[in-house]
Amino acid sequence: MPFDLNLNLILGQMVLGLVNGVFYAILSLGLAIIFGLLGVINFAHGVFFMLGAFLAYMLGATLGIGYWGSLLIAPVLVGLIGIVVEVLLIRRLYKIDHLYGLLLTLGLALAIEGLIRIVFGQQGVPYPIPPSLRGAVDIGFMLLPLYRVWVVVAGIVLCLATWFVIERTPLGAKLRAATDNPAMVQAFGINVPVMLTLTYAAGVALAGVGGVMAAPVMTIDPAMGTNIVIVVFAVVVIGGMGSIFGSIVTGLGLGLLEGLAKATFPSASSTVIFVAMVIILVLRPRGLFGKMA
Amino acid sequence: MLEIRNLHAWYGESHVLHGVDMEVPEGRVVSLLGRNGAGKTTTMRALMGLMGRTKGEIRFGGADLLRLRPDQIARKGIALCPEDRAIFPSLSVTENLFLPPVVAKGGMSVERIYELFPNIRERGSSRGTQLSGGEQQMLAIARILRTGARVLLLDEPTEGLAPVIVQQIARTIAEIKALGFTIILVEQNAHFVEGLADIHYLIENGVIVDRLEGSEFAAKIDRVDRLLAV
Ligand SMILES: Nc1ncnc2c1ncn2[C@@H]1O[C@H](COP(=O)(O)OP(=O)(O)OP(=O)(O)O)[C@@H](O)[C@H]1O
Ligand SMILES: [Mg+2]
Repeated sequence: MPFDLNLNLILGQMVLGLVNGVFYAILSLGLAIIFGLLGVINFAHGVFFMLGAFLAYMLGATLGIGYWGSLLIAPVLVGLIGIVVEVLLIRRLYKIDHLYGLLLTLGLALAIEGLIRIVFGQQGVPYPIPPSLRGAVDIGFMLLPLYRVWVVVAGIVLCLATWFVIERTPLGAKLRAATDNPAMVQAFGINVPVMLTLTYAAGVALAGVGGVMAAPVMTIDPAMGTNIVIVVFAVVVIGGMGSIFGSIVTGLGLGLLEGLAKATFPSASSTVIFVAMVIILVLRPRGLFGKMA
Repeated sequence: MLEIRNLHAWYGESHVLHGVDMEVPEGRVVSLLGRNGAGKTTTMRALMGLMGRTKGEIRFGGADLLRLRPDQIARKGIALCPEDRAIFPSLSVTENLFLPPVVAKGGMSVERIYELFPNIRERGSSRGTQLSGGEQQMLAIARILRTGARVLLLDEPTEGLAPVIVQQIARTIAEIKALGFTIILVEQNAHFVEGLADIHYLIENGVIVDRLEGSEFAAKIDRVDRLLAV
């Protein structure tokens, strides 16, 4: 029977879908911030997610640093790589068409992914769930692994905190103002080039955090970034390019939708997001929350 | 003293300033008068480091401003209130007011700013671009008074505003002049700057064509008017 409408199964899959949704939200949030300020569609975003996971693995394998240490250190390292990438490469493209930023970051993504493949092989590496987050909680209709609860809670807190910083603090006001009119912000005495570098670094560091959080629950392999970033671009298109709040809600929502599809019509689960993307593009080309430039 | 010497500026291939010379003594109000397209805004943009290609020299505080980035120029205590006001649409009125960083001590207190412009306090949580044109202009001026910048570049602050608001802005400029600010006041309205400015520069086709002391301005205002009206 194709439609096995077992409520527990549906709820269970939706909870698991929410875990993916958190990763979609974290990644599309970073993409939205970078696109908003730098005007660059950062195709390398998935690769930074993948690097976060691999760095967590390497920090553990070489220095014996555990999950919690890596959760702090790996994103900082990813951010530092982001600084180098922005200063050496992306910065040169601001004055020309956005399309070149997309091409550059796509090339960069392929190069970094290839490098990781050379070093670690195709197979991928394992990463254990930290001891403090093993086990499961009983939420009535299912036993929910504790680690996934942590991912959902921490991920949502991270997204909301990022939203808060951007929408409600003086630092965020600088970012928003520079998105509106960078020349004027610089004429007020703010070093906008440095701000762009740090924003890129922060955006990719966020992807790095996602990567570390994903390490125990996803296969850490060189392609993990590209795999997820394709879905995340669909999320961004559906949510509306550049909308901070939109990316969070859409990311979580599409994770849920994917979970729902897994429970009701499993063979469609990998395409449902793209079907949603096509429908939204036809009905609302600017996306659900879009305020396109 | 701010000294502009032989300033040239280009937009792409088009050469729009052809050797502007101006001297702006400290603590004075200097007007820059000229008709549409004369090069007033371009001069302000060059002062702020916002023009791509320039030549010449702008001496201020021992440096040549043409060699500095806009943020470095701002840190030297120069602030621009641009012709289009540049209120940030994504920011609330209060966020717009507090956006420019303080670059030196001695800026106007927020209390005084709210006294001068009560609307800015009342409309604080509105989006900046929901203000009326006059309110936006006041916000754009208020925004640079807070920062401690001592040289203010006001690009046509009265453009498109009702006479009452124009008077209010004139009073504000007189007040900040009394506080010792150095001001370059770009205008097309000679009567607005009469009595406010100590020195008047007339610009035409990207060059300064005349310089008048405040004291001789009244006698020659008809001639100035004619020049601006053509
Ligand atoms: N972005 C631009 N690209 C090309 N040319 C420009 C640009 N902005 C201004 N110009 C030209 O430069 C010249 C000087 O313009 P500017 O804006 O400095 O004049 P203005 O004196 O401020 O005039 P207005 O009183 O209308 O504001 C004009 O001929 C104008 O057409
Ligand atoms: Mg102008």
